[in-house]
Amino acid sequence: MKRVVPLLWLLVIATVPLWLRDQYFLHVTITTAIFIIAAMSLNLLLGYTGQLSLGHVAFFGIGAYASALTTLGFNVELPGNFTVVHTPWPAVVGFFMGVMVAGLSGYAIGKLSFKVRGAYFVIVTISFAEVTRLVALNWVELTQGPLALTNIPPYTLWIPGIGEYEFWNKTAYYYLVAVVGLLAYVIIKRLVNSRIGRAMVALKENESLAGSVGIDVTRYLVLAAVVSAAMAGAAGSLYAHYVKIIDPDIFLFIYTVTMVIMVITGGKGTLAGPIVGGVIFGFMPVIVRSFAAPAVQWILYGALMIAIVFVLPQGIVPAIERWAANWRRPRAAGDAVVLAGQKVREE
Amino acid sequence: MTAQADIVLSIEHVAVHFGGLIAIFDLNFAVREGEIVGLIGPNGAGKTTAFNVITGFLKPTSGNVRYRTTSMVGLKPHEIAKLGLVRTFQRTSVFQNNSVFENVLIGLHDRGRSTLWDTLLALPRESRSEQELVRDGHEILQLVGLEQRASELAGTLPYGEQRLLGIALALAAKPSMLLLDEPVSGMNASETARCMKLVEKIRRSGVTILLVEHDMPMVMKVSDRIVVLNYGRIIAEGPPAEIQNDPEVIRAYLGQGKKRA
Repeated sequence: MKRVVPLLWLLVIATVPLWLRDQYFLHVTITTAIFIIAAMSLNLLLGYTGQLSLGHVAFFGIGAYASALTTLGFNVELPGNFTVVHTPWPAVVGFFMGVMVAGLSGYAIGKLSFKVRGAYFVIVTISFAEVTRLVALNWVELTQGPLALTNIPPYTLWIPGIGEYEFWNKTAYYYLVAVVGLLAYVIIKRLVNSRIGRAMVALKENESLAGSVGIDVTRYLVLAAVVSAAMAGAAGSLYAHYVKIIDPDIFLFIYTVTMVIMVITGGKGTLAGPIVGGVIFGFMPVIVRSFAAPAVQWILYGALMIAIVFVLPQGIVPAIERWAANWRRPRAAGDAVVLAGQKVREE
Repeated sequence: MTAQADIVLSIEHVAVHFGGLIAIFDLNFAVREGEIVGLIGPNGAGKTTAFNVITGFLKPTSGNVRYRTTSMVGLKPHEIAKLGLVRTFQRTSVFQNNSVFENVLIGLHDRGRSTLWDTLLALPRESRSEQELVRDGHEILQLVGLEQRASELAGTLPYGEQRLLGIALALAAKPSMLLLDEPVSGMNASETARCMKLVEKIRRSGVTILLVEHDMPMVMKVSDRIVVLNYGRIIAEGPPAEIQNDPEVIRAYLGQGKKRA
């Protein structure tokens, strides 16, 4: 049973392009999947270390820009008559550059701001996202500013037996995103189920207690920030080479909010939470659009969000887990299980 | 316990000022290897402040704290814990939303030997290290007598057992010296007896103990030596029997009786 369920999910993920013939829906699936990767990376910070990064889209955007610029090349004049010329590199290299640059900026933000916690950390991350947006908007020489980076080439991979393969059609791109998503999932899963993950949860729950048993608080916060940022950068790169055009609007606050909504409604601090939340809020606008007027769509969107937060404050996944635990052990042990499943509220 | 044993912890002329308030005036005492020392005093005497200074949660305004040969001042709490000096907390002593066993596993953090890469690549060292931690975790739960509760949420345990779990958490960090902040507060008589037995057991395993406690019968019974604090200074120091009859101590706790004319 334990082995069968993940295999079943793998089967579902692997067969999507076979039964989802509508190209538009496949497109929505791909963008949703990219956002789910970003939401999973946010969950590592928010759900496990308990730090709310409201500038998470910055890492996404940095990954996208770094990847696109590596692939397109640039010619920038720096103060002091320095000229940096970069000739275009393959898009796959761009992907890794995106991951690296985003990871590095995660490290910088982690080191800078993990001396502060709670609301102050939130402010630092928001400011960081805003600054990166302004740089992207105003450093026209490098980023083209509001004119956007266009004609971003697709990834090409050399696959044995096929030769050079270009990821330009949607089915191929879907599989690429699915593979990266699975990889991100496995990385997070391995991390949180190890002593590293326990250290992260320990600092979320009680930082001074964690320190008192010898856990280096800052070290694990920075580690989480780096992994999280690098993963968001990977998602950004996937996005850039998929839509083939990026502009400074990629740094808009609304994208961060979307990620946060996905994580919170799905269930922060659970592996499946961002995926469930991502699927719901990724597809919902598309489904609602088919029968509701634009104004009504957003009202429904907001209403659903409020309803979920009110009815299932822990999120959908923890609620299902609790329900399943109750269902498996009927009546006799029932009460104890309910107690054990409920998070203890702080007084 | 003979007085000839080596000094492991020495608090040297420590003072703590919060602005104009002097929480600790001039604290000066030592704890010897294998001893159980009780630190007592009325509320607000500066006991918890002293604990916070010793374990790096608070920087003293002046003075020094030495553990074995290392100076503790300026070290972070986790660095001090790694040196073997581990404390428990008065109030939030456990991770409420985690199971009892997870609590102990968190405490065992530093005993794990797997690196980030072992974890990510699922190398054999990862699972070997985890198995060791699980084994050690069960051992510790057995020692404090909570193995029946392993899978329960720490926050749902009765208060007394949460305090025991707090001690288990500290033990998991492999201390050579343990600082217990009011270990039996809120415990009933039988729980207190159980806790005293545990403290004795821990001492016999070679751990030096400094404890702050308000439960007088408990401190008097368990301690080899007692240090009494009042208004941030030491007013008495010595074996329990001596302390119980010290006029200065009685005055600090009960106030000064009306002098007869």
